[in-house]
Amino acid sequence: MLTTALILLPLIGALVVAVLPLPRTTTAGLAFLVALMEVGLWIVAASRFDFDEGGLQLGTSREWVESLGISYSVGFYGFSLWLTGAAAIVSAAAIGYAMWVGRDRPRAYHALMLFLTGAIVATFAAQDLLLFYVSFEAMLIPLYILVGVWGGARRQAATLTFVVYTMAGSLLMLASVVAFGVTQGTFSLLESGTSDNVWIFLGFAVAFAIKAPLFPFHGWLPLAYREAPVEVAAVLSAVVSKTAIYGFLRIGLPKFPEPADDLSGVILVLAAAGLVYGSLLAFRAPDLRGVVAFSSMAQMGLITLGIFAFDDLGLDGAVLQSVAHGLISASMFLLVGMVEHRCGTGELTSLGGMARGRPVLATVVIVAGMIALAVPGSATFAGEFLIMAGVYDQGWGYSVVVALGIVLAAMYTLRVISALLHVKPGSAVRDEALDLRPGELALVLPLLLVLLVLSAWPALISQSSFAGSGAAQSIVEAFR
Amino acid sequence: MIDTPTVDWLALSPSVALLGASGVALLAAVIVPDWMRKSVAAGVVLIGFVLAAVLAGVVFDETPTPEVLLDGSMVRDRIAALTQVILAVTGAVVVLASWAERRRDNHGEYYALLAAAGAGMVFFVSADNLMTLFLGLEWFSLCLYILVALDTERATSLEAGLKYLIVGGFGSAVLLFGSAFVYGATGELGFAEIAAANPTDDVFLLAGLAMILAGLAFKVSAAPFHMWTPDVYQGAPTSVTAFMSAATKAAAMVVMLRVLVTAFPDQSEIWTIAVAVLVCISLAWGNLAALAQRDVKRLLAYSSISHAGFMLMAIAADSERGAEALLYYLVPYSAMSVGAFAVVAVRERELQRPVTLESLAGLGWERPFYGIAMWTFMLGMAGFPLTGGLFGKLFVFSAAYDSGDWWLVLIGVAATAVSLGYYLNVVRWMYMRAGGELRLAPAGGSPPTDPALGVAIGAAVLVTVGSFFAAQPILDAAADAAASLPF
Repeated sequence: MLTTALILLPLIGALVVAVLPLPRTTTAGLAFLVALMEVGLWIVAASRFDFDEGGLQLGTSREWVESLGISYSVGFYGFSLWLTGAAAIVSAAAIGYAMWVGRDRPRAYHALMLFLTGAIVATFAAQDLLLFYVSFEAMLIPLYILVGVWGGARRQAATLTFVVYTMAGSLLMLASVVAFGVTQGTFSLLESGTSDNVWIFLGFAVAFAIKAPLFPFHGWLPLAYREAPVEVAAVLSAVVSKTAIYGFLRIGLPKFPEPADDLSGVILVLAAAGLVYGSLLAFRAPDLRGVVAFSSMAQMGLITLGIFAFDDLGLDGAVLQSVAHGLISASMFLLVGMVEHRCGTGELTSLGGMARGRPVLATVVIVAGMIALAVPGSATFAGEFLIMAGVYDQGWGYSVVVALGIVLAAMYTLRVISALLHVKPGSAVRDEALDLRPGELALVLPLLLVLLVLSAWPALISQSSFAGSGAAQSIVEAFR
Repeated sequence: MIDTPTVDWLALSPSVALLGASGVALLAAVIVPDWMRKSVAAGVVLIGFVLAAVLAGVVFDETPTPEVLLDGSMVRDRIAALTQVILAVTGAVVVLASWAERRRDNHGEYYALLAAAGAGMVFFVSADNLMTLFLGLEWFSLCLYILVALDTERATSLEAGLKYLIVGGFGSAVLLFGSAFVYGATGELGFAEIAAANPTDDVFLLAGLAMILAGLAFKVSAAPFHMWTPDVYQGAPTSVTAFMSAATKAAAMVVMLRVLVTAFPDQSEIWTIAVAVLVCISLAWGNLAALAQRDVKRLLAYSSISHAGFMLMAIAADSERGAEALLYYLVPYSAMSVGAFAVVAVRERELQRPVTLESLAGLGWERPFYGIAMWTFMLGMAGFPLTGGLFGKLFVFSAAYDSGDWWLVLIGVAATAVSLGYYLNVVRWMYMRAGGELRLAPAGGSPPTDPALGVAIGAAVLVTVGSFFAAQPILDAAADAAASLPF
């Protein structure tokens, strides 16, 4: 019931927000309240969740289309509960930011944001292949409108490439879903067995690779992350991309152990290439959003390395890194939005010197930047270290690439920090541009606080994602 | 004294109800005074359609096994009854949608013809031999020829009527010719008797099969027999287009399934390939041509051609599962199709000129209900979740995969990807144009309020979304219906 409530609360909230003809601020406030309630509900769910026990918890299952074996079947594993938590927190921060900025047509905007939240949570909770597909696709509907209506100047091109890429992947996945479901006789992930069909696996893998995005399927990323409203970009990079990770963990590996193993070499190489390439692009990007966007792509490559390491360390690290990256990339995007709001541009050449007279902004940016570049002691460092150690068995070269990735992350993050805060005041930075307001601080600070807690105690996630006999065991066996 | 066969009036009742409504509406056109002519005609025909739906539901309920009626000319079974329910509900929604349509003085005739066409389709789907099949086909086609040309003050309507008459007449002739070949080869007209006669690999039988298939392909507007579709859909009064796109297609699809499965089971290896070829051409042609359209009715016409491709995929599966998939597909498809044309009708009535993509600009923001409805229909046709369109595609693909046609699944997936190009383009025009373009083109005064149309569109949205959440009951009914065919 609790899982269903987690899915339905934002959806009902979306309906209420869309239908009630409330004034602007009340509408936004109501949406924010729903998003906060979602976080509260997640905390209740987490408190009732027994992390020491493996298997599906908080599960509900109802027949939907019996003749094809489709059911409404939801529930959480340790790792999906953590991913859901990150989704709830990031969505709340994003909706809060939208309220702070005061988006046009608030009823439509906030209804779509809440709908998106519901779809993301449903994706993480889905234990039926068709329900997963439905939620995975349902995310696209609000995203399409959110980017297309409220985006920047080139939003039409951005939505077009985004939709073409993601739908190409989704439809391949639909073909795979049909093939898998029909051969198995059921669409339930809990009841179906494994398959050794490489083509079916590829359909899923490509869909996830596009959603993440992994190199070389990242063609949609630069435009979408640049043109989307900044809080939508935050949700996109922080949590929507993690649905791909969930897909790999819940469907890719457990249902296709042999194809995944056969193709792991290719995927590892692509992930490593993506990590390096994304980092280099981030280093070369001329604007704030470009840096965050490409660094996000690099991080997705890193997380994929962890998954396809096929061992406990790698998988634990991948989940920890997914949550940590979700929080940090959301805070970075929101900070980018705040800077853009003040200066009217994110071009690094016209920014600079913002530390002077804006101590709060400088402090927050530095803290976020330190976590983003995985300074030792941070949650991201813990995640990256686990992945680096985990992937060693697949080949020491991958560990070297991860280490290289950490160095590159330091390079591009420090470049942004200095270009933004230090050097001479840029042309777009006027003296009237204020320091962070308390309202803005209240949105970013909770994200950073959670990250600091995780930095102090990364085992909170890494040791509770896969209960029982270690991650690698449970991913293949406990999920069947 | 000639023996008269016993007449099963219950089986005929949906058809009779509609004929009765048609007759009353036609009388109303003459007897009833001018000011209440429209209300009486529309009201009677609405009641007729609702009554037909209810009666067909009763027939469905009381016919667990198929019964042959009237000396083998008709059959009373669940697949016919379920299709009749779909047809009659579609008709009722179209009556609501056409309430506020502006026409000079032929309201009575319009509604009478609509009911008569409905009666013909309802008769058509229960045909059990080639003679009644042809009779039913001509019955509703003749009504549609006139309906298409009913807006006599518009040249395009007349042009569409003429085109439909010529091409449709040609299609009927091909069908009749094919029936003659089959009769010549087997000496039988009844579907089951044709199958029983079974002269394998008789050239005339195969030629007849091909021509019957082609004749029906005209009616379902499957490429390459679709040439009339864009012009006729564009030129016909929009409510008539809505009716044709949903009801004609549904009726002809079910009849095609019935004929192929009951009359030609031994030739299935040949006709599954032929149908699969139609699938590929329809999907390719319909989707690619739709990308280039500016006129929304033309766009939807090409989209309906591509949907014919998806439905034919279910027929090509040649299995009970395929039949279930087809019957399920018809439910959300009919709703989306009628609904989408109804939204076009809204805009058309405001602007008094043909609706292009440009003239949809801003509709989503200024008419939120119609905007969201159109959004739902477009996403549904593209097979997005939360609409029955997804399950329609899923069931069809499952059936095709189950029959070993995995390559058809891939073609269907590719076609769906292409179709997003134009479905999302409609959404883009409604919601996402820059600044000034987002203002609705001036329509002169405030938009006419039209509660009947709102109800029609609301019902279409309800069915589109409802068939997603309540897929199982519909699928159960479809399974019951499919069981009455001999697989």
